[in-house]
Amino acid sequence: MIVAADPLFDGSFGLPELGIVLLKVVIAFAFLLFAVMFNIWFLRKVISDMQNRIGPNLAGPWGILVTLADGIKLFFKEDLVPEKSHRFVFKLAPYLSLIPAFLVFAIVPIGGDFNRADGTAGEVSIFGHDTFLQVADPPVGVLFFLAMSSLAIYGVMLAGWGSGSKYPLLGSVRASAQMVSYEAALGLSIAAVVLVSGTLSMHELVVLQSGQGFNAVVPGWNIFATGFVPFVVFLIAGTAELNHPPFDLVEAEQELVGGFHTEYSSIRFALFFLAEFMNQITMAAIIVTLFLGGPSGPAFFFPAGWWIGLFWFFFKLMLFLFGFVWLRATLPRFRYDQLMDLGWKLLIPLSLMWFLVLAGIQVGRELGWGSVEQTIFVLGFGLVSLVCVALLFLALRSARLRRLADLDQELTEGSVPWRS
Amino acid sequence: MTEVIVFVVGAIIVLSGAVGVVASPNPVHSALFLIQTLFGVAVLFVLQEAHFLAAVQIIVYAGAIVILFLFVIMLLGVDTADNWSVEPIGGQRPLAVLVGAALFGCGLALLIVMSDKLTGIVRDGGERALDNQFTDVERIGRVLFTDYALSFEITAALLTIAVIGAVVLTRKLRREEFLADLERVSMELPAAVPDEINEAH
Repeated sequence: MIVAADPLFDGSFGLPELGIVLLKVVIAFAFLLFAVMFNIWFLRKVISDMQNRIGPNLAGPWGILVTLADGIKLFFKEDLVPEKSHRFVFKLAPYLSLIPAFLVFAIVPIGGDFNRADGTAGEVSIFGHDTFLQVADPPVGVLFFLAMSSLAIYGVMLAGWGSGSKYPLLGSVRASAQMVSYEAALGLSIAAVVLVSGTLSMHELVVLQSGQGFNAVVPGWNIFATGFVPFVVFLIAGTAELNHPPFDLVEAEQELVGGFHTEYSSIRFALFFLAEFMNQITMAAIIVTLFLGGPSGPAFFFPAGWWIGLFWFFFKLMLFLFGFVWLRATLPRFRYDQLMDLGWKLLIPLSLMWFLVLAGIQVGRELGWGSVEQTIFVLGFGLVSLVCVALLFLALRSARLRRLADLDQELTEGSVPWRS
Repeated sequence: MTEVIVFVVGAIIVLSGAVGVVASPNPVHSALFLIQTLFGVAVLFVLQEAHFLAAVQIIVYAGAIVILFLFVIMLLGVDTADNWSVEPIGGQRPLAVLVGAALFGCGLALLIVMSDKLTGIVRDGGERALDNQFTDVERIGRVLFTDYALSFEITAALLTIAVIGAVVLTRKLRREEFLADLERVSMELPAAVPDEINEAH
């Protein structure tokens, strides 16, 4: 009922099916924990390489156990609950940011052979039962991701408020404003993907992107089908949603001590960081699934087998994880007004306009337009939007002049009634 | 059987959350209980196979509206617990209990008498009113953009107007910002600025 498309649930739901579901949940959980360990080590190692340092090198080979050592240290530190905090909310907040981070990964297809054309794409056989390499495939998978990313705000917001202290509150107000703003751009760029593919299920999204693609050379990934712009918008908005540099105003050390987690110590602090790094991994996985075909590789590279899906998925995932580290090492932090300008004045209008263009092309496809009609449509749309932008600037200019006239009145008559 | 169990669990989540919203003295805790209620309702939607409504319930209500509530609560600084030992208006509480009980009774009676018509499902026959040709997303989209297209558009326009109106009404320029703006304009359009203003600043 909840998981409709997975062939595991076609027949009766008995003990073996339950076992497979539990196995998938445990594997996803363990994978995420190990991936976080790896991700933190990877971050530190790559950043130190980029800064010409050695980085962690003592615990284990290449310092790979450094995260484990950090985790153990955090476990044994004193767990402080500040006097002025709201105890229940203070203790609840870390879990509220951790749980959505875990849940999003459940809808990501991580492997399977998607280049089969016999309607069983992406299915693998576990103990004689056909199933997807994906914990759950809800029919509204993409919306599930949006819902979980909007819930992640609560962890940050309540942590800041529950601490009963000034800087965490400032940090959390910043964070929630930032995340709410960028969620709009995120949702609009996802809408472009949904418009082009016509489905909300993550599994079907991957199936639609697999196969021969355009002329068997360029893979049929949504990054090409939606024309790059939604991908770029999603990448920027996703980075902002993660509070990852250059959008890490939430924990701007120079201004806010540590932001929303200033008052946290010990295991609760560790939970926040677990959530943050886990969100990076899941966000990278979602980008890969939505825009880059997830486990389905380019068409010219198609040895059969479920492991090839796994390989492609983790290869693409690593590219994005490296990209996040690269951003952290390279870019300075945004100023707050620049952040809001970028989100509201550039990304949202841009993705909205691109959505309209895609919708027009989609309508044209249904009406049977040729390439000439499509070109005319795109040019016409470009012209209309240029006129709109020109009108907008004209309006801004006349508003300024109006304000000048008001100032003139103020200087001659003493005061303007509406601005006192 | 599964349906009944999920319904009972969902109903308990919804009702306990609703009681919590009213009963907790701290507004932030009330908002948290409201999220609990919204989640319970989402579970009930999923139970009715209205997956889209469930997702939208979480995204819009839990993800945006309650966040705004929390924003307002935190920014206005009303996040202190209420003192309930004093009754603000005399005789209010017994009256509230009475009216509440009466409303509950009326609602229950209506539900019992009218349940056949309310849900659109015939109680004894078990016949379903909806066909399964389309998914719930398609069905909602179809209805919104055909039968209710006009009211949909009008609502969108109304919300946009409300947002713009709020921005216009609340935007106050501070003097320094205004002068900085003036400087920028007089550099761009020197002819548009009267001379006496330029001299005055």
